[in-house]
This record gives sequence, structure tokens and C-alpha cells, in this order.
Amino acid sequence: MPYPWQELEEAPIARVPTSEIKRSSWRTMRPVIDYDRCISCMICWKFCPDVAIRIEKAPEGHKYDEIPVIDYDYCKGCGICANECPVKCITMEREEVGP
Amino acid sequence: MKAVLTGNESAAWGARLSRPKIVAAYPITPQTTIVEKIADFIANGEMDATMIHVESEHSAMATCISAEATGVRTYTATSSQGLALMHEMLIWAAGARLPIVMSVVNRAFAPPWSIWSDHMDTVAERDTGWLQFYAENNQETLDSVILAYRIAEDRDVLLPAMVTEEAFILSHTVEPVEIPDQGAVDDYLPPLDLPHRLRPGEPVGYGSLMMPDQYMEIRYRMARAMRRARRVEEKAYEDFWDTFGRLYAPVEEYKMDGADVALVIMGSIASTAKDVVDSLRERGRKVGLLRIRTFRPFPAEEVRKALSSMDAVAVLDRSYTFGHLGALATEVRSALYGSSPPIKNYIVGLGGRDVRVRDLEWIVSDIEKVAKEGLDREITWVNLRGGEE
Amino acid sequence: MIEIRFHGRGGQGAVVASKLLARAVVEEGKYAVTFPMYGVERRGAPVAAFLRVDERPIRLKTLIYEPDIVVVLDPALLALVNVFEGLKEGGSVIINYGGDPSRLPVDRGKYRLFVVDATGIALDLGLGSRTNPIVNTAMLGAFAGATRLVSLETLERVVREGAPAKKEENAMAVRRAFESVREVT
Repeated sequence: MPYPWQELEEAPIARVPTSEIKRSSWRTMRPVIDYDRCISCMICWKFCPDVAIRIEKAPEGHKYDEIPVIDYDYCKGCGICANECPVKCITMEREEVGP
Repeated sequence: MKAVLTGNESAAWGARLSRPKIVAAYPITPQTTIVEKIADFIANGEMDATMIHVESEHSAMATCISAEATGVRTYTATSSQGLALMHEMLIWAAGARLPIVMSVVNRAFAPPWSIWSDHMDTVAERDTGWLQFYAENNQETLDSVILAYRIAEDRDVLLPAMVTEEAFILSHTVEPVEIPDQGAVDDYLPPLDLPHRLRPGEPVGYGSLMMPDQYMEIRYRMARAMRRARRVEEKAYEDFWDTFGRLYAPVEEYKMDGADVALVIMGSIASTAKDVVDSLRERGRKVGLLRIRTFRPFPAEEVRKALSSMDAVAVLDRSYTFGHLGALATEVRSALYGSSPPIKNYIVGLGGRDVRVRDLEWIVSDIEKVAKEGLDREITWVNLRGGEE
Repeated sequence: MIEIRFHGRGGQGAVVASKLLARAVVEEGKYAVTFPMYGVERRGAPVAAFLRVDERPIRLKTLIYEPDIVVVLDPALLALVNVFEGLKEGGSVIINYGGDPSRLPVDRGKYRLFVVDATGIALDLGLGSRTNPIVNTAMLGAFAGATRLVSLETLERVVREGAPAKKEENAMAVRRAFESVREVT
């Protein structure tokens, strides 16, 4: 990966978007949302330090229009969402071994 | 157009003619009137720029950095403690290779408070990766802003540049100044084309973490750009001469032909010294003057060429780097490494202490004595009340 | 080269006057450099401004220690500062004074003395207020009249263009002082 100086750009710029760097491998525990108990308050979405929780349209018939969805490609498993959830519907579960 | 302008008005005109889009600054004596004048230009519709008022010099530079990164030309100005507060952002601007231009009105550091001139503030920023040009008079203060953009923005350089003028001695002194024609400046200074500007459609990260296996190469490119700036600078002066008829050089040799001893000076003291050299030459004294205009990149080769055959060299520093010699003396000594002339360092004019004709005459007599009898001491403080230990 | 020192008080316009004079000198094809003595200036406190005039470009960037001419905007300053400091022998002192000039503490064996009632002219033309008349432009007229270093016509024009307010009255002050300044012999 290291380049000789001749092949570097003049300015210290990273052209690979950070979105291409998946961080799922950093996790030992994964948050799982129990949507039956979730009240769609979106506090987990606000608190996620890595913007790994998205707000998505709920499936047909769900009690709320929108729900928080965890993007496991970027979730590092820090557990802040589970800690902040006011109804304690997010549990941290052990990662399986292997992919 | 012939005008009579203060140094600060000259700097503001230099900025106006260079057409920056963003001016971000925080007021500090004696820089304030630069920004006031630019605010007038903008308010009168004479300058198409946005003035961003900020809460500190650190923020002023941060604002210039982010604006410049989008590919627009930016300008700011400061002095003394304000420059010191900017220090972290100065390093950032240079590291991100953003050719920002800044006027610095040289003012002494506190404590004790002083609003008057010395070079301590800009000399302390020598190692940040900025180009540094020291003006001798108001005309050069104006011209150097235009020159600085031209040199800094060259694709071989892409480093920020500071142009200095001394507090009050230039900043508030009124002199005749030729204001260049806008059309000629537009021809001389093309619009900024920053190769690494931010483009919304192509997101990039600026200055992300660089591991030990890659960091040195980035620094080497920066060092190379500083080295290549020398050639770009020469070309910029040539074209400036062709366009505007005023000649600049990284080092200016004044009456160096046939000189046995030389004064080496940066900034406005060199202007007074030209009168002193003339009058001493009329009296048969073989003294010349080497004015250093460009402190970074340091023109070591020119300095060596001009000085190596002297019998003795007097280097005047309007600053002091505590613990050794003045910064200019250190550079001149290193440029002359291996050649023979004794070099004596004279610390002058700190905190706006007037450097009088008789001070310069005394320095010439003293260095003539060094030429004859050898070096008595390597550094001396001139016009110090109470004398030295 | 001719070196001139202006003595005034903060707010009296000595700095503005020295700038206007520099512009007039430059317009007549000569060279001029002017600078204020910056320090602890406040409204009412004694201030000084300096001007150099020469036929050639001026390179000296030092203070002026031995002026050829001293211009005093306020006679009360004579009791506060030594306005004669460094003044060359045979040099000129131009003082704003409407009274009996023999009462002025000026060594007339050493210096040429010129007086003009700039305060009277400023009051008459409504420059400044009754309690704080602005005499700077009148003193420029007196300077031109006494030294002939710049012509009345150029000075009037520069003052008319450059005065921050009351342009006509200021130009008139220049003319009246130019015509009424007199050497005390």
C-alpha cells in the first residue's frame, strides 16, 4: 500500500470514501432491536456516534410509519444505542464466529 | 495611478487588485486599517468579495482554509499575538497545500505590551511551511501581495505566503505609491485553479490519518514544493518587471560591487541603509548592502554568491531567537558555511526602537573593525541603554 | 530634504493635515513621506506628526530628530512640550497664535517665527465647534504661505478633495491663512 512520493498527489487527500471502509469486523457484540417494544422515538438514531442507524419506512401494517434500522456494515458494536434506549428494547447479542 | 498611501492602504489595494473572494480577519493594532479599507472597498462595490467576521485569528485562518479548499482565492491580515494564535492553523494551511495569502504587520510580542515593530512574530512562523516576503516600503507591500498569489498558486508550489510590512514605520506611513492597473493585474495573475479543490460530486478526505509508512513522502513533496518555489519566484519577478516595470529579487544587491564589508538586512531598515551606504561610499568607505526580501524559501545560493568574498559581514536582525543568534544571522552563517568572512550579528530595533542613521553608521564602523582585526564577539545589541555585559 | 514636525493635540487633525500636505507635495511632482508619532494618543493629549519633502524618492525610515520646520497647531502646547527640540538653527516655527507675538517664548535669534490666527479663521468659518475649533487646514495654508514649499492652488484643491467634511470652508481656511500668515521680525 505505501507509495513512493512521485505517485502521491501534491495535497494530502484521501480519495477512497470512508463509506467504503466497513467496520463490522470491529464488533464483538451486536445491537438487536425488538420492534414489538420499540416506540420509534429515534433516540438511538440520534445517539449513534457512527451514523450506523438509519430511519426507514416501516413495513406495511407496523404500528409506526418509520422505524430505526441498524446498518451492520458500519455498526462497531459500541452499545450506546442499547444504553440510551428509553424502553430498553435494544439488546446486545454476542457475534457469531466467522462470517 | 499615482497615489499617496499608508502601508496598510497599500496592502488593502494589493488584496483588492488580486480579487480574493473571501476575506476573513480579526482586528489587531496595527493591522486594523487593512481590514477597514477592504471593508470600505466591498461596501462601495469596488471589490467583489465577502468579508467574514470571526471571533479570533485562529478562526480567521480556519475560515480561509475552508474557503480556499473549495478553490476560491482568500486573504487575511494580522499582527503579533494574533499571528501567534493562528500558529496551529498556519501549519494546517501549509500542510493542506492551500495558497492563502496573508499580510502581516510586524509587531513586537508581549509581554511587555508593545504595538511597535519588530520581526519576532513572523520569524517565529518561519518553520510552518509558508513563503515569507519582507517588504521594504509601501510600494513593495502592495506589489508583494499580487506577487505572493502568483508564486503561491503556481502548480509547482501550492503553499501559502505571508507578506510583511513593519508596524507604523510602513503600516501608518504615507508614501507615494503607484497603484497598478486592474487589467494588467488580471493578465499577470490568472484566476486560481486549485487542482485539489473540493468538488461536491467527488467527496474526498482532507488531511486524514497518515501512517508512518507514508508520512515522510508527503513532507518530502512539501519540501520539494518549497525548493521549486525559487524558480517560480524568479519567473514571477521577470514577468512582473515586464508588466509593471518594477524589479524585485529574493535578494537585492545594493552597491555590492567593490564592497569590502556588507550589511545584510530585511525590511524597512534596508531602505534607510541605502542612504547610509550612499553617503559612506561618497566618503570612500567600501560598504554594500544585501537586502533579503525572501526569507522562505531562503535564497542561500544568492547569499553565498554575494557575500563569500567579503572581508566581513554584518547581519542585522530586528528579532531575536532566544538561546542563540538572530534568525537571519543563523541563516546567513549556514549559507556561508565553508567560506571565510567573519559574520557579526547586530540585534536592532526591537519593539519599535528607531534604527537611526547613526546606528547604521556605527555598525558599518564596527564591521570594518572586524574586517581588520577579526571577530570580537559574534552578537551585539545595538543602542541598548546601559550597554552590554 | 526638508523635515517638518507638526505638534497638535489628539483630535485636532494634525495627522490628517500632514497627509493632505504630503498629497499636495506629490501632486506637484516632488516626493513626500509622512508618519504620525504613535504612542498613547488620546483626544486632547499632545501628539506629533512628521513630514519629509524632497526632490528625490525618500528612503529614510527613521524618526525626525532635527526638523527644519516646526508647525504648532495649539499655542498652549508651548508650555507642555519642547516644540523646539532638535529644530535646526535658522529653522522656522509656525505657530497658531492670534495675540501679541512678542509674548511667545521663541528665541528669535535662533529661529524664524511665523504666526497666524488659525483659531480665529476656523471659528469664523465654522470649522469644528466653538469650544474645539479645527485648525488643521488653516495651518496648512499658513505653512504654504510661510515656506512656499507647495502652491496655494494645489493645496486648496487637495484640501477641497480630501477634507472629510466642510470642503469649501476648509479650502477657504487654507486661502485665508496663506494670505494672513506673517513673519515676526
